[in-house]
Amino acid sequence: MCQVDEDYRGEVERAAVPSVSKKCVKCKEALAALVIRAGDAYCRLCFKDFFVHKFKAVLGKNRIIFPGEKVLLAVSGGPSSCSMLRQVQEGLSQKANKKLRFVPGIAYIDEGAAIGQSVEERQRTVAELQAVFQATGFPFYILPLEQVLDLPASVVATNPSPSEQPASAYKAAVGHFVETDGSNFPTPQEPKKMLLPHVQESHTLQQLLGSVKTLTAREELLNTLRQHLLVHTARTEGYSKLMLGDSCTRLAVKLLTSISLGRGAQLAQDTGFSDSRYGDIILVRPMRDYSAKEIAYYNHLFTVPSVVIPSVDTKTVDKASIQRLTESFVTKLQADFPSTVSTIYRTSEKLQSACMKWSGAERCDRCLLCLCSLDTAVEEPSAFQATLLSDQLSGSKCLRGSAAETLRPNPGRPESPAPTGQCCSSAGGRDCGRPGSDGGCCSSAKLPETTRLKSLLCYSCALTIRDMSTVNHLPQYILSEAQRRQRRWGLFVSLFFDCVCIIVRNRFSHFNVVFRPSCVIRYTVHML
Amino acid sequence: MAASIAIHLEFGGGAELLFNGVKKHPVTLPSQSEPWDMKQLLVWIQRNLLKERPELFVQGDSVRPGILVLINDADWELMGELDYQLQDQDNVVFISTLHGG
Repeated sequence: MCQVDEDYRGEVERAAVPSVSKKCVKCKEALAALVIRAGDAYCRLCFKDFFVHKFKAVLGKNRIIFPGEKVLLAVSGGPSSCSMLRQVQEGLSQKANKKLRFVPGIAYIDEGAAIGQSVEERQRTVAELQAVFQATGFPFYILPLEQVLDLPASVVATNPSPSEQPASAYKAAVGHFVETDGSNFPTPQEPKKMLLPHVQESHTLQQLLGSVKTLTAREELLNTLRQHLLVHTARTEGYSKLMLGDSCTRLAVKLLTSISLGRGAQLAQDTGFSDSRYGDIILVRPMRDYSAKEIAYYNHLFTVPSVVIPSVDTKTVDKASIQRLTESFVTKLQADFPSTVSTIYRTSEKLQSACMKWSGAERCDRCLLCLCSLDTAVEEPSAFQATLLSDQLSGSKCLRGSAAETLRPNPGRPESPAPTGQCCSSAGGRDCGRPGSDGGCCSSAKLPETTRLKSLLCYSCALTIRDMSTVNHLPQYILSEAQRRQRRWGLFVSLFFDCVCIIVRNRFSHFNVVFRPSCVIRYTVHML
Repeated sequence: MAASIAIHLEFGGGAELLFNGVKKHPVTLPSQSEPWDMKQLLVWIQRNLLKERPELFVQGDSVRPGILVLINDADWELMGELDYQLQDQDNVVFISTLHGG
């Protein structure tokens, strides 16, 4: 069979090419241009409709963004987030009744310092992106990652989540919006001149990232810091939702990576459509239905501008980090088994967070870094306990003297010395002059810092911290919040014991005053 | 003897980092006895254009998984992948989907 726009070559058609002149599976008229998933071939126009429709459908189905709400779009310059930006732009401009109804803003984080880019390179990238953002007409914020060093401790403090709205509230809100013809979009503001980060701040940031020994931990730390900065920006500028541009492929890789990193308990929040760990700011992932291939094709066909920005793992080998290895594994598997990514994605849809119901009561303690519920309060016979024990046994000599300092905030959990392998080997060059002569090692203020910090972290964040040579380079807001929580715990413990003493005293004094001596004697005899 | 053919190559999505950052490459493939196909094109690119880290672009006979190939704006899976025979003025685009989000 020959295609209309191809020369017939006059040679025998090979049997293994049945798809050369495939028709679009949707309209069945035009020639197919792209294969999506396993075997579905779409023509260009049907693909465009499919792409645009999916974005609106995912927002409409989840009904989490109310009309008129301010939503911050986190754009990294990469294809997924730029595609998301284009979808929002087009969705807002349409005159059809399926028009999107929220008020967007754009946030871009300049991570040039993390990858060692020069100031000129960073400015060039920022200028390119600024042109793209200005063309959209939305307000935008360009933030250097160095700003994360100045964040307030409230970023990692748990905030109460907004009360659950009943399902009918969404419909009512839509109706009201349509009636009042809400079109109060903010006027495009004057572009703010990007404040160049101070050289000292860039240096501090590089020092922080340099103190992380493995690329895996560095990527995790960067993710955490980036998210904190985005949430803080959303809070200060009055946005209640944050849209992230993670694609289906990305999330499938993230799911498997999270399991490898020990984030199994937080999978639902890390990869789900909405993530409410920060309480007042909800993270939303509208691109999670799109595979990377669909996004790349759409961007190419409809010239969506995006900027390629190298990251910490660009041009690294496959085994450089767990994230890279998993990405390589999934993409290679996908090449031979095209339903890999969608199967992983469908599995992630079924995950739910067990602690979500308790968010109002704050019964779960939260991890200091990732703000997910702590998953380290487990019973005696558990894999976590086993890892702690093996850490202890394979750690250095400085084990004694740390038991008293490592009481965990959960009173139900039996005391056990937290891993102290860090002690002598933690900060590079710190002299551990007393090898356990009197049970104490190093100075008591320095030794348990990492250990103390780990008691406030979930399992995987504790692993990230363990890969750091010193925690002193962490931004001030994290360290001060850690101190506050430890003080609060210490205060709680002392208050608890005080209360017990008061009760006991009152009990006995009550008996002495009210009961007559004979009763006291009888009571005493009874007690004996 | 097939005549030499002129094609347009484009690299995107981060793949251009392996080609000195240059996105568009108009090339002329030399004439040879058999018509050029994609497999030979890849070998040619690796030999003549690829500046560094060939393993990030080609894997064995084909491109590395994660790199989308478009021939005249159509998925190469529909054109026969490696067996597609190139014609004059074809537009071949390589987009890396491995980075960016």
